[in-house]
Amino acid sequence: MMPSPCRESRQSVVVQDESVADAQSTHRSILRERGQREVFCGLTGIVWLHRKIQDAFFLVVGSRTCAHLIQSAAGVMIFAEPRFATAIIEERDLAGLADANEELDKTVAQLLDRRPDIRLLFLVGSCPSEVIKLDLTRAAQRLSKTYAPQVRVLSYSGSGIETTFTQGEDACLASLVPELPEAGAERSLLVVGALADVVEDQFTRLFGALGVGPLHYLPSRDSQSLPAVGPNTHYLLAQPFLNDTARALEERGAKRLAAPFPLGAEGTTQWLKAAADAWDIDDAHFQDVTKPGRNRSSRALERYRDQLSGKKIFFFPDSQLEIPIARFLHKELGMHLTEVGTPFLQRQHLERELSQLPEDVQLSEGQDVERQLDRCRLESPDLVVCGLGLANPLEAEGLTTKWAIELVFSPIHGYEQAADLAELFARPLLRKESLEV
Amino acid sequence: MQLTVWTYEGPPHVGAMRIATAMEGLHYVLHAPQGDTYADLLFTMIERLPKRPPVTYTTFQARDLGADTADLFQTAAQEAYERFKPQAMIVGASCTAELIQDDPGGLAKALQLPVPVVPLELPSYQRKENWGAAETFYHLVRAFAGQDQSSDETDPASERAHGRPLCNLLGPTALGFRHRDDVREISGLLDRLGVDVNLVAPLGATPADLCKIHRADFNVVLYPEIAGTAARWLERTFKQPMVTTVPIGVGATKEFVQEVAQVAGVDADHVLAEAPSRLPWYSRSVDSTYLTGKRVFIFGDASHVIAAARIAHEELAFEVVGLGTYSREFARNVRAEAEKYGVDALITDDYLDVEQRVSELQPELVLGTQMERHIAKRLGIPCAVISAPTHVQDYPARYSPQMGFEGANVIFDTWVHPLVMGLEEHLLGMFREDFEFNDEAGPSHLNHVSIQRPLPEASGEEIEPAATSESQSTVGWTTDAEKELRKIPFFVRGKARRNTETFAREHGVNSITVETLYDAKAHFGR
Repeated sequence: MMPSPCRESRQSVVVQDESVADAQSTHRSILRERGQREVFCGLTGIVWLHRKIQDAFFLVVGSRTCAHLIQSAAGVMIFAEPRFATAIIEERDLAGLADANEELDKTVAQLLDRRPDIRLLFLVGSCPSEVIKLDLTRAAQRLSKTYAPQVRVLSYSGSGIETTFTQGEDACLASLVPELPEAGAERSLLVVGALADVVEDQFTRLFGALGVGPLHYLPSRDSQSLPAVGPNTHYLLAQPFLNDTARALEERGAKRLAAPFPLGAEGTTQWLKAAADAWDIDDAHFQDVTKPGRNRSSRALERYRDQLSGKKIFFFPDSQLEIPIARFLHKELGMHLTEVGTPFLQRQHLERELSQLPEDVQLSEGQDVERQLDRCRLESPDLVVCGLGLANPLEAEGLTTKWAIELVFSPIHGYEQAADLAELFARPLLRKESLEV
Repeated sequence: MQLTVWTYEGPPHVGAMRIATAMEGLHYVLHAPQGDTYADLLFTMIERLPKRPPVTYTTFQARDLGADTADLFQTAAQEAYERFKPQAMIVGASCTAELIQDDPGGLAKALQLPVPVVPLELPSYQRKENWGAAETFYHLVRAFAGQDQSSDETDPASERAHGRPLCNLLGPTALGFRHRDDVREISGLLDRLGVDVNLVAPLGATPADLCKIHRADFNVVLYPEIAGTAARWLERTFKQPMVTTVPIGVGATKEFVQEVAQVAGVDADHVLAEAPSRLPWYSRSVDSTYLTGKRVFIFGDASHVIAAARIAHEELAFEVVGLGTYSREFARNVRAEAEKYGVDALITDDYLDVEQRVSELQPELVLGTQMERHIAKRLGIPCAVISAPTHVQDYPARYSPQMGFEGANVIFDTWVHPLVMGLEEHLLGMFREDFEFNDEAGPSHLNHVSIQRPLPEASGEEIEPAATSESQSTVGWTTDAEKELRKIPFFVRGKARRNTETFAREHGVNSITVETLYDAKAHFGR
């Protein structure tokens, strides 16, 4: 890696993106920025992952800041005792790593004593644990030996110095891949990325009707039913931020089915089609099976098209879902894309998305929030998609905003949710129109 | 390492942010990795502030650690100065940056920015949010107090022109519990006393304003957790006396008025005579008989807990059955207060300890923070919020102070409304088995069929006290006794269960019958 003297890196760099093979996108300019980032770190993924994998517990090894971050991001959503906690590093843990490891073992013992229902424990690295070089991989191995077979202990990093927001889920799932059992000779489909349970059930019905299967999901709903993986596994990414997970799956021999993401009706159809084609499903059958979903979503989207068509939208980087969602808003609802910012542009997985974006959209990667705010004000878009730290200040300036975090915390994938996704963008505009105070 | 589920306070740099965000013309450059910007949402979402906190985060990444994070800091500080042109800056490190030891103070000094830069050293692995706020405010006051030497007699804008005593109101910050409204209430009260406010700080003050802080005759310390350190330094340095009574509750507000009158040399009689609070009469009105002896548990920051305990005891005739604080710096004060009510103070920042204490005590009302609101909700106990940490609901649109005479009115309403009172309490007790007149039935006027659960079998909805080694003893309930227990209204059922079990254990009863239940009732009374 090139050393990055900050004066240089803090400047905005416009590059011609040549890594995108598609002819349309070859000459698209991408603005790369380094500066203040107004995004969460990877620890935030715990907020949804701890609900998804029901017998897993996430123990962040970090500072009070980490604990405060997760609780502020999770906010009032959690009423029960959560399946996550922080082992807060204190002054004396910094004195020597031997002590820190001993302290960690004690904390884990205390936790497992309190929560005997835990079957899978993630030790989650943070900025401070990375900086003091506390080796959580080794700690996880050590603790796994102690608590096997009752509890499996894994580790991953959700630190802000290494991960941005949804990359925490990527790191978590990647840490699970070596744990997956070896699959047999039968061809199988693996859908990768945490989805709302209701969405998962819809996809299960669709794949079942298509005749694509056996079908498994990663993550599974509990750690006792982890999917098997091997050279006969084909996987479909349900989320665009799973770079490391994909790499780990490929190391196990699994093959990626290239597809756009199942956001919006078209995205969903193309995503399902990628699997159907790999299974050589007859196109007429595919059309039959997907027809009710396509028809319903197209009817449901109709009412939002008038509200959103022609409206200018600006994306601040947040979850890496920006590009698929921008594609949906542009293609299916006629919105005008100005700048689409994303924390990290995963070109390979987004290939089929980028090729569907219009020529004139400004893509940006990374962030210098002050400069980006300047550009946003200059564009004066009808709708700004941004994080919680920016939304109210921008509203106070007269701009209309959509909180990006809702796109991660709501079921938005698949046919039946396409209109819900559109509604998330229509509602702020409706509010602006309706209010007379 | 400390195993933490929820935390009452953030790290100390969040305290520094509360000062910076409260003030005008001050900018904070924080050496911090990506992710620490989450703290912005506390201000923009929870407090609904229409502006971003004036904070620049350097956002260093793993790959910078091998290169030059110091350079990154300097670039960020330089750019922040140029963009925001603040009157002054504060610089410091968050927990991660503290470990890489870049010395933000020294780096900022080397930049020779044309404005004062105040370096902050806030040890993240030892201290917490309120301490960080207090330390930041203290360093700012030290840096600027006394800088403005223009004589106030020659300054036409000076409040001194009125010839009235001048004071500073110290302690209100961003993200405080009702700080904005408290400042308005107390400023009005001081005005009625004939005292002018020289400066409110940090809320709304600029660094230039802090230069005039020494002009006041005395300081009013509204929030000791935040302003105590600065006020003690001002007392030593400028001989400014401190008014330290926290005016929450009618009694404390009257004492505050007397203390101000004494320090300022003004007459308090007319203010004390009018004492415009409805709390005393409401508490004496016959309806409040139902409040008498209600068992309350109180938890929060030290000042609010001490004030709440006094109000509960003296002004509402509640029984304080437990109190505590997460403000370890003020543990001694809270312990002393607890002694007055014959209870042990719970000094902890572990939410699970608080939950356990609440479930053991089974109070009839919990006065706490948003954390205790969760605990109380799970245990089915009414709750009112009296202290930070806060939630969006703690920033009401209406004027809603805690301090002063109006604050006492607000407190009366806020604490009493969650309780079941008056005839309702009796009727619930008498006709417990009426099919649509119990705690599980929905409102009958909404024309929905509420699903009746069979009484003895419906154990699922009963909120059991958290399992403690004590309550796991061998005492069991007979079906009849369990059925009888369910006739007791839900808001006292937990207490009845606990009392009966304690009684049974003490009397060697292994199986609780209906007789045991009534024996225990006679033993404990009420």
